Amino acid sequence: MTSLPLLSFLVFFPLVAAVLLALLPRGAERSARLWATLAAAIEFVASLPLWWRVVPGAPGFQFEEKVAWIPSIGAQYHLGVDGVSGLLALLTTFMTFIAVLGAWSSVEKRSREFYALLLALEAGMLGTFFCLDLLLFYVFWEAMLIPMYLLIGVWGGQRRVYAAVKFFLYTMAGSVLMLVAILSLYHVQKQWSGVPSFDLTAFYAMPMAPAQQLWYFLAFAFAFAIKVPMWPLHTWLPDAHVEAPTAGSVILAAVLLKMGAYGFLRFAMPMFPNALMVCAPWIAWISIIGIVYGAVVAMVQPDLKKLVAYSSVSHMGFCMLGLMAMNAQGFAGSMMTMLSHGVSTGALFLLVGVIYERRHTRAIADFGGLWKVVPVFSAIFLIVTLSSIGLPGTNGFVGEFLVLLGAFKTKVAWAAVAATGVILSACYMLWMFQRVVFGPITHEENRRMSDLTLRERLVFAPIILLIFWMGVAPQPFLDRMQPALDRTIELTQSRAMQSAMSQSDLPGVSIMTSPADTVGVRP
Amino acid sequence: MNVVPQPLFLAVDWWALGPVLALTAGSLVLLLLEFIPPRPNDNRGPIVALLALAAAAYAVWRVRDEKRALFEGMFVHDGLTVLFTLLFCAIGAVAVLISWDYAKRTRIGLPEYYVLLLTSVLGMIVMAASNDLITIFLGLELMSLSLYVMVGFRRNQLESNEAALKYFLLGAFASGFLLYGIALLYGGTGTTNLQGIGDFLGDSPIGRNPLVLAGGLLVLTGFLFKVAAVPFHMWTPDAYQGAPTSVTGFMSAGAKAAGFAALLRILLRALPTFAEEWQPLLAMVAMLTMTVGNVTALLQNNLKRMLAYSSIAHAGYLLVALVAGGTEGAAAAVFYLATYAAMSLGAFTLLTMMGRGSDEPVLVSDLAGLGFRKPLLGLALTLFMVSLGGIPPTAGFMGKVLVFGAAVKAGLIWPLVVVGVLNSVVSVYYYLRVTVALYMRAPEGEPVELSLNAPAVLALVLTAAATLWWGLQAQGLWLAAQRSVSGLL
Repeated sequence: MTSLPLLSFLVFFPLVAAVLLALLPRGAERSARLWATLAAAIEFVASLPLWWRVVPGAPGFQFEEKVAWIPSIGAQYHLGVDGVSGLLALLTTFMTFIAVLGAWSSVEKRSREFYALLLALEAGMLGTFFCLDLLLFYVFWEAMLIPMYLLIGVWGGQRRVYAAVKFFLYTMAGSVLMLVAILSLYHVQKQWSGVPSFDLTAFYAMPMAPAQQLWYFLAFAFAFAIKVPMWPLHTWLPDAHVEAPTAGSVILAAVLLKMGAYGFLRFAMPMFPNALMVCAPWIAWISIIGIVYGAVVAMVQPDLKKLVAYSSVSHMGFCMLGLMAMNAQGFAGSMMTMLSHGVSTGALFLLVGVIYERRHTRAIADFGGLWKVVPVFSAIFLIVTLSSIGLPGTNGFVGEFLVLLGAFKTKVAWAAVAATGVILSACYMLWMFQRVVFGPITHEENRRMSDLTLRERLVFAPIILLIFWMGVAPQPFLDRMQPALDRTIELTQSRAMQSAMSQSDLPGVSIMTSPADTVGVRP
Repeated sequence: MNVVPQPLFLAVDWWALGPVLALTAGSLVLLLLEFIPPRPNDNRGPIVALLALAAAAYAVWRVRDEKRALFEGMFVHDGLTVLFTLLFCAIGAVAVLISWDYAKRTRIGLPEYYVLLLTSVLGMIVMAASNDLITIFLGLELMSLSLYVMVGFRRNQLESNEAALKYFLLGAFASGFLLYGIALLYGGTGTTNLQGIGDFLGDSPIGRNPLVLAGGLLVLTGFLFKVAAVPFHMWTPDAYQGAPTSVTGFMSAGAKAAGFAALLRILLRALPTFAEEWQPLLAMVAMLTMTVGNVTALLQNNLKRMLAYSSIAHAGYLLVALVAGGTEGAAAAVFYLATYAAMSLGAFTLLTMMGRGSDEPVLVSDLAGLGFRKPLLGLALTLFMVSLGGIPPTAGFMGKVLVFGAAVKAGLIWPLVVVGVLNSVVSVYYYLRVTVALYMRAPEGEPVELSLNAPAVLALVLTAAATLWWGLQAQGLWLAAQRSVSGLL
């Protein structure tokens, strides 16, 4: 195993599988889903070493691969993994497998292309989590939009084109400014060290004057905030979620949203610590608004998918709040929330997909009394609902509790207001559950609904297992992420100190040099 | 320039002149062949044209590392000449490939078509190789006159005639500006040699007189017209739409590259001392060009017209590289021109394949459902659109990174680069419209017929490969671009 470049394999195997899948003969729709499931399963199994072979305490990144990519501008193909990205990568491979398996009966037309895009998307997501070179990161970050865009646009619902284009434009609008920031940072770094490089570690090593950091931080934060998405930049999310096919929604909720928070954790926060100190209270309050706003808006949604989408806004607010608390509890809580939100919300979308397949409607008002008709479905739905609320003993509780603990340590008011989000989430989830599952059967069509098939039970079994495992014994997860998170905090704080103290001898590069200084080129 | 003109013509000089000679010979042969009546359906036009282009490319490739100045320094053979000659030959060859079937189908496949194609490539090469305003003008006129005729080649179509006339009238006007500017520069400096002008302006205390300034401004105007920069872009949409599609593709890649090649030489060699004057001016023009091009393209339903406005927008990105200046800016411009040529020609290649006979379905809605009916064609068009939109992992993205990187290095983040990248977001909307039509719309009525033919498919494969490869591995082209401009500065 040591000789095989594990991370490259993980990134490129789904890509190769996607190409092969697309080359299958026309009409091979049934075998397409078999092959896709097999590929996703192999990918998941291949990613398992990230669980036990990543040494939590080891400094720096592991499984590192470094190859020159565009040497003349210093761009490298640099992959590496630590506790944080390892867990997120595991989440990615797991949820992709679940999504592929869950899409078996819902995608009827063009399933070759569908699964090929899903696997290509997986490659993009894993690349984003693994890469340690800013240019490469940007390449994965944006290239990933294309398969997701096509998944929403081709296999989506009524307003799919609108939702797909909106998704693409929103994310792109956020990230182009990050590209400018990356390019500018690259030149500052080149002047400082004399060696052109896009390498993340080079940027970690470079001290920056606090005054300079603000613009860079804002450019990065804007890109990531759209992806998270933070209120008020969240409006693409409900549209994308509602219109996307089930598998697309699952991946979107489980993994794509995590990329925003991951970006903060890996890039924006440690690279620009002083700007972070200035902005953290603002971002924290925006996150809190997101928590409450998402919950309140979720309460009044008539559409199940929209309700889950807004609950995502609320949960991702917890993630961001934990990060802004800037302490060990907050960070760990944020990471746990990411993982558990990925599992629970992914499962919720799958469940909505299950009843949508049977009834072709997602309106809450069209259901009621499902417990009598589909008891297995309802029981699973109950467990997932409770985990999404954050009932102690399920995965949702650990993350939210730690986030609130961390926020409380930093500022009591944050925790106080954010805690209302927990209550609100219980309100909207339980109310929704009550209207869908309990009570009398109001629609005759619902009587004929069939319960979960064996395949569907197999899809949900590992999810339920994870929900309880993460809820009852979260320690293995915390052990894996904690050292990496501690290092991030340490790095952020030491960089903040260093920049604040040695302000005077930093390179005097400002963003706004006048153009006249730099031209004067003569033959 | 460290090249000393030599009185003797050496063998290397003949090789350096090879492209010019080969293309001239090629066009003459094509004309003379007309004395032998052609068999129906013969392919001698495109074949001779391809051979001439291959010979030209081979000649310049043989002496690619040499640096020579010929004819008293009027014609230089340096890195820039080599790279652009190769680029123009490649563009010409792809244009021949896409014309092969298209020209027969639309009955414009007269031998003169290929003669004009060769002479306009010749003009482009002369433009890129000139180190003298007079020869630049010569090359420009050779290219433009050939293009005027080619735009109007569908004689019995009103649209084509209108396009040609518009292009010709406005082009002639711009040539007038350019010539007047050249005259003023000559009056102000006493020479038409670019190096001479640069030296004179660098040394002389009276160099900054209004005469020279006005001359420079007029020359700039002439070229901004040729590269379709706002506010001199009015001809572009009409000429692009009216011209035969193969010509549009050729024009979008070739004429733009030639204009920028000459502009690079003039700005960086003759007028570097006026950088303070032309830089803010060009920055303004660049921002205007990007914005007007992209915003107007949003409203187009005709693909040719949309790509015309997109080509205006891309001229804006290229101007950003020129404003950035320095080796990096110039190299970024060269890089961008090569990648733009690949993706734009690729997109037009696909357009030439649409339709049977002489009808040309070129509306965005005509693409509906094509993506699943012809998966590979759909994939190729998606690739070109993604690349034109500057989204990784394609050549367009690397071009954008290098262009904006150069501008960031020159300290032009606000407002130039920010306006530029925001424009690229705007542009994504209309490029996505194409993919929406390809994959997300069902065709209304009869699906579009396609004329698949081997030469065009070959052109498609070549351009798609270049677009993808330069996006995945930009090292080779970037080094070549850097080498090509190293002698310039």
